[in-house]
Amino acid sequence: MKEMYDLIVVGGGPGGAIAAKNAAELGLDVLLIEKRQEVGDPVRCAEGVSKICLSDHIEPDPRWICADLTGSRIYSPDGTMVEMSEEMSGGEVGYVLERKVFDRALVDQCARAGAEVRVKTRATGLIMEKGVVCGIYAMHLGEEYEIHSKIVIGADGMESKVGRWAGIDTSLKPADMETCVQYLVTDIDIDPQFCDFYLGNEIAPAGYLWVFPKGENMANIGVGILGSKSGDHRAIDYLDKFMRDVYPEGRIIEMVYGGVPVSGPIEKTVSDGLILVGDAARQSDPITGGGIINAMEAGKIAAEVAADAIKKGDYTTDTLNEYETLWRSTIGKEIEYSLVVKETFIKSTDKDLNHLAQSLSNVNFYSLSLKDLLYALFKANKKLLWDLRGLFRDVVNNNFEFKYKKNQFD
Amino acid sequence: MSIKINRYKCGYCGACVGVCPGGALELVETWVEVNDCCTSCGLCAKICPVGAIEVNK
Ligand SMILES: Cc1cc2nc3c(=O)[nH]c(=O)nc-3n(C[C@H](O)[C@H](O)[C@H](O)COP(=O)(O)OP(=O)(O)OC[C@H]3O[C@@H](n4cnc5c(N)ncnc54)[C@H](O)[C@@H]3O)c2cc1C
Ligand code: SF4
Ligand code: SF4
Repeated sequence: MKEMYDLIVVGGGPGGAIAAKNAAELGLDVLLIEKRQEVGDPVRCAEGVSKICLSDHIEPDPRWICADLTGSRIYSPDGTMVEMSEEMSGGEVGYVLERKVFDRALVDQCARAGAEVRVKTRATGLIMEKGVVCGIYAMHLGEEYEIHSKIVIGADGMESKVGRWAGIDTSLKPADMETCVQYLVTDIDIDPQFCDFYLGNEIAPAGYLWVFPKGENMANIGVGILGSKSGDHRAIDYLDKFMRDVYPEGRIIEMVYGGVPVSGPIEKTVSDGLILVGDAARQSDPITGGGIINAMEAGKIAAEVAADAIKKGDYTTDTLNEYETLWRSTIGKEIEYSLVVKETFIKSTDKDLNHLAQSLSNVNFYSLSLKDLLYALFKANKKLLWDLRGLFRDVVNNNFEFKYKKNQFD
Repeated sequence: MSIKINRYKCGYCGACVGVCPGGALELVETWVEVNDCCTSCGLCAKICPVGAIEVNK
């Protein structure tokens, strides 16, 4: 087996697969390793994604698209509903994916682009020489071996260890993670083109509950609560209660557990010979929890920076810092803005949320983004507006354009 | 070992690994392993969405 590559990518999720594919296309000799025996399984996702950004990375394919959305509704704790539909958005909403098939399609794409792929192969440590990352220790079928490379990309998700092995502390506080449970529920009466969000401290403390259609009569129904609120009552208890109250007739045919980083940008995502992308770099959106698109965007940037560094023959932090600059000025900007909204959102009482929803019942939404809606929600309330004044000043002055406009989920 | 993971409840999601301050946990494939760096801080037990972890104090 080959023991030396230009680039090793650890983790075969969307971040790793897009990094490996782009790097292979740029002519690098790439190895992608994935510890699971089947890419994408078990799923840790509600599978919602915006259309526009997705097609930047892969041609949409009906084999992994379960639902094509035309709108969404948000329910405040007292049941006030705010609806946004397609006519107001110009037709671009989102898809609900089949991640098992989607993730495998991405890895297939990267293999066809020339990257080598090894599954059921887990990174167990980094090979370091004088503080510089120059490969990994990997385990396959119980046997451990070394694989060397010029650069390592850590795309190893929520449970990432790659950063920590290089001395970057990526551990999250409970208040920086949403802890989630989701069921795939069938035989229920839902609108297959609408996704629903439920807010409220009784439903999902400092988080939200979602119903994302996966076709006729079938939906991902899940809840995420802020980790600091988890204890006597856990995500699974909130979801079970909602199911009893709202969908008692539903049949559960899959269970999904997971954590979503909502910390906002972490201090450091590169070191000598190493780049972190996606959930490993805690790049998911702090308000929506969406992380698929951000992971793919970051993966692409990482591949380009790695290719340049290898061309120059310089893999030091100084060179790889280009990655920090590029992701922080694009997806990082949005993550930071969402973080501001999140800090306000998690402090909102049910009364605040009801009041906001009521004040919005007559507003016409031109956009379908959950984030835009939340911005509008907070904008309608003077006190919250004051808390978020910096944000709105920037948005109003157009200092910050949503270049990476990702609608619904990201 | 100072925590007990109920592998019949665990859904191998990795949330516990993400909060462990000392890196004592590892999501292998369909199970979580704990090493002796564990300080019984209890964060993993708090974050687990289904309550699969018990801390022995
Ligand atoms: C309940 C839930 C709902 C969500 N809903 C949405 C949503 O609707 N929309 C959205 O955009 N995002 C959503 N997210 C977030 C989204 O799933 C993640 O942000 C996204 O998967 C991140 O991609 P990634 O490639 O960084 O990591 P992952 O997809 O987690 O991939 C990491 C991969 O690395 C592998 N790996 C880990 N360690 C090692 C190792 N040591 N060696 C080898 N391989 C390793 C893992 O097995 C895994 O396959 C949700 C998350 C959760 C938990
Ligand atoms: S958080 Fe709970 S369910 Fe998830 S891997 Fe850890 S013990 Fe298992
Ligand atoms: S108790 Fe604390 S140190 Fe021990 S495994 Fe859990 S999070 Fe890590």
